[in-house]
Amino acid sequence: MRLVFSPAERAVDELIGALRRRGYMVIAPTVRDGAIVLDEVDGVAALPVGWSDEQEAATYRLRRRDDRSLFAYAVGPYSPRRYLTAPRRTLWSALRIGDGFELVDDVVEPPPYAFVGVRACELAAIAVQDHVVRDGPHPDPSYVRSRERAFFVGVNCGSPASTCFCTSMGTGPAVETGHDLAATELIDEGRHELWVEVGTERGAEVLADVQSTVSWRGATGDDLDAARRVLAHSVEQMSRHLDPATARDALIANLEHPRWDDVAERCLSCTNCTLVCPTCFCSAIEDVTSLDGDRAERVQRWDSCFTLGHSVVHGAGSVRGDTRSRYRQWLTHKLSTWWDQFGESGCVGCGRCISWCPAGIDLTAEVAAIAAGGTDV
Amino acid sequence: MRPIPIRELLADQPVLRDLEPADIELMAGCGHNEVFQAGTYLAREGAPADRFFVVRHGKVALELHAPTGPLLIETIGAGDLVGWSWLFPPYRWTYDVEAIDRTRVIVIESACLRAKCDADPVFGYRLMKRFAQVVVDRLQATRFRLLDLYGNVDAR
Amino acid sequence: MPADAGAVATSAGRRLRPPVGPMVPTRYRVVSRERETADTITIGLEPVDAPIDEPEPGQFTMLYAFGVGEAPISISGCPAREGALRHTIRGVGATTRALCRLEPGSVVGVRGPFGAGWGVPAAEGSDVLVLGGGIGLAPLRPVIREVLENRRRFDRVAVLIGARTPADLLFAPEIEAWRARSDAHVAVTVDAAPRGWEGHVGLVTTLIDRLPITPTRATVFLCGPEVMIRVVARDLVGAGVDAERIFVSLERNMHCAVRQCGHCQLGPLFICADGPVVTWATAAPLLAVRRW
Repeated sequence: MRLVFSPAERAVDELIGALRRRGYMVIAPTVRDGAIVLDEVDGVAALPVGWSDEQEAATYRLRRRDDRSLFAYAVGPYSPRRYLTAPRRTLWSALRIGDGFELVDDVVEPPPYAFVGVRACELAAIAVQDHVVRDGPHPDPSYVRSRERAFFVGVNCGSPASTCFCTSMGTGPAVETGHDLAATELIDEGRHELWVEVGTERGAEVLADVQSTVSWRGATGDDLDAARRVLAHSVEQMSRHLDPATARDALIANLEHPRWDDVAERCLSCTNCTLVCPTCFCSAIEDVTSLDGDRAERVQRWDSCFTLGHSVVHGAGSVRGDTRSRYRQWLTHKLSTWWDQFGESGCVGCGRCISWCPAGIDLTAEVAAIAAGGTDV
Repeated sequence: MRPIPIRELLADQPVLRDLEPADIELMAGCGHNEVFQAGTYLAREGAPADRFFVVRHGKVALELHAPTGPLLIETIGAGDLVGWSWLFPPYRWTYDVEAIDRTRVIVIESACLRAKCDADPVFGYRLMKRFAQVVVDRLQATRFRLLDLYGNVDAR
Repeated sequence: MPADAGAVATSAGRRLRPPVGPMVPTRYRVVSRERETADTITIGLEPVDAPIDEPEPGQFTMLYAFGVGEAPISISGCPAREGALRHTIRGVGATTRALCRLEPGSVVGVRGPFGAGWGVPAAEGSDVLVLGGGIGLAPLRPVIREVLENRRRFDRVAVLIGARTPADLLFAPEIEAWRARSDAHVAVTVDAAPRGWEGHVGLVTTLIDRLPITPTRATVFLCGPEVMIRVVARDLVGAGVDAERIFVSLERNMHCAVRQCGHCQLGPLFICADGPVVTWATAAPLLAVRRW
C-alpha cells in the first residue's frame, strides 16, 4: 500500500503522536552539540527541520538549508544499536548469603522503541547484528525482546554524504526490508509531501491514525516517479565505492602488506570507529560490587578491539599489542572473516567510521591500496 | 678502493677457521653480501631455508613468536654463523631471525652449497664436521643455561 | 508467563524473578579441594541449582567467583564418570586467584559447558597419543580417563607428560597409576630436576620417536603453551602424523563464551565455539600469523 500525505510535517508529527499513544518511546534524529544524533522526540519540531550535513574523512558539520526539510541529511554518529544493545546494561545481580549467593533479576526492562527516520543502511546493520546476537544457538534474551518490540519507520535517502557507499555494499539507498513503514520525503518549490509505503500490518495499523487526521491520496504514477527520482539522485551522488568480494579476498591474502604499517602510523587507536559503527558487537562483561561487598552486578558494556585489554591472554599480555595488529584485526574482521563467521560482510557502507576518524582514515582507500598492491611482502 | 672478495671475508670469520682455502673458495662461490637494518628479519619461522648467514658486523636474535610477542632464544654476533635448517629436509627455518643492530652478513645460498657437497663429498665431509662442531658448541652452551647456575642453589 | 512465577522473596521484601539466559550461571558448591602445585588446585563441584549439561572432554565452563568475575576453565573431570565436576585452576589473575582460595562449602557460579571438545570417539580404532605440557595436562585428563576406561576401542596408547620440574606435575598420584598399567605407554619428562629424580629430563619431543605408535595411524591430542603446541605439532607432522588427526586446544581472552562478545577471535575462529579444540590443519596457518 502506497500513500502520499500532505503536508509532510503534519504527517510526521501525527505519526510520532500515534506511536507515543501506543506506548512507544520514539527515537528520531535531532540536532544536538553540532551534530544530528538520535534521541527521544515528542513531535516533529524536535527533528532537524531545515538542516543538512556535510561529511568527509575526519569531517562532520551541519549546514542550514533554506527550506523545512525533515530528512535531508545522512547518518550521524549514533545508530539504533545504541538502543537495541545499550552501551551499558546490567545482566543480573547477586546478593551474598552465607557462604554463597543468590541470583536476582532486577533489571528494568526498557520501553519499546519506535525508530523514526532509520536509513536502509541502518536496517541492514540491524539485520547483521541479528545474525550475531539473536540467530545463533545462544540468543541474547534482552536483545530478542527489544528487537521484537521495536518499530521501524524507514526513510529513503535523498541526501547521501560523500562518505556513504551503501550502493557498493547492496544495503541502500532504498529501504526494502525490515521496516514497518518506509517514507520518502518529496520536497521542492511547489510542495512538501510524504510518500509512505506500508511494510507490515503493525505499520498499517499505526498509519491508519495518521490517515484519519492528515490529508492523503493513493500514490499516482507521478508520485512513484518522484519517489524513484529521489533514490536515483542518491545513487548518482554516491562518490565512494568498495567491492565487498575484492575487500574480503584481498585483505585476508595480504596480512603482512606494508600498507598495514602505513595505516598504523596514522591510526590513534582511539576506538571512535568501533563506537560509531552500527554492526560492531564486541562487549566486555564485568562485575561491579557494592561498597559493603554484599551485592554484585554483572554488567555488559560496549568494548572495542582497539583497546589493549581486548586481546589479553590469561596471565600473559595482549596478543595484539601494537596499533598495526589492532587495526588489521578490525578491518579484516569487518570485511573478511565476518564472511567466514556469518556468511556476509560486516560492513553496511554507512561511512560513519570515515567521518568520525580523527585521523581521517578511509577504509575504502585502505582496501584499494591493499588490493592494488598485489601480493604479500 | 676495491670491494673485498667474499672469500677473504669468509676466511676472516672465526667460525670457519678450520676450513681449507679451497673450501672457502667453494663456499664463496655461493655467497654475496647483504645488510639488514635493525628490526628487520633475516628469516621467518617456517619459511624455506634456502640460505644461511655468516655475521660480519652487528648482532641478530633467534626468536620464537608467542601469542603476546617474540621469545628471545639467543643472540648471535660477528664472526659466527646463523642457520642450519638448510642442512636437512624439510629445509624450513626453525626460528625467526631478527637483526638487533644494523647487521652485515655474508649470505650463502644453500642449494648451491649442497650441490657442491654432493659433487665433492670430501669437501662436504669437512663442511659437515665444521657445522657439527658449531651445533655441539651451541648445545653445550644451552645445557649450561638450563642448569640455571646463577639461580641454582646446589651449584654453590 | 505470570509476573510472579518463580519469584524470590528477599530480605528487603521485594519479589524478584530468578534471571534466565545464556549469561546467567547456575550455582555449584565446592565439595573437594586438592593442591596440585604451588599455584594450581583442583576443585570438585556439585550442583546447588539445576546442573549444567554433562560436559564432553575438552569443553570448558565459565566459573564465577562472587564479586570478582568469571574465568574460562577447562573441565578436568566429568560428573558422569567421577560424581563431581572437576576443574584444575592455576591462579594467575584476580579471578583465578579468588577461585584458588575457595574452600569446600563455598558456592561458585557455573555457565556452560561450552566449546568444541576433543572428540575422543573419533580416535577409536587408531593409535592414540596424548601429549600434555604443564597445565595443558588438565584438559587432557578426561581424554586419558576415557581412553583407558574404554581401552579395547583403541589400538596402541601412549601418554607423554612434560613439566618444568617434578614439583610442577599435576595429578601426580594418578600419573603413577597410569604408568603402572601394562596396556599403555606413559612417560613423564621434566626440563630440570633435583637430585633423586629418576625419570626423564629433557624436552617432551625427544620421547616421541621412541613410542610404540605408528605416526601414520595415530590420532594425537595435544595441549600446552601455544609455542609448545607449534613446535610439537610440527615435529609430529614431520614424523608422518596427519595434521587433520592432531587435535590441539587453544586459548584466547573470553568474556561471554557464546560467540557474541568478540574477544576470543583468532582470525575467523571464535575459540569459545569453534574451539577450543581444533585440528592442527586448521590452527597452523592461523597461529603462523603474528599478533592476529
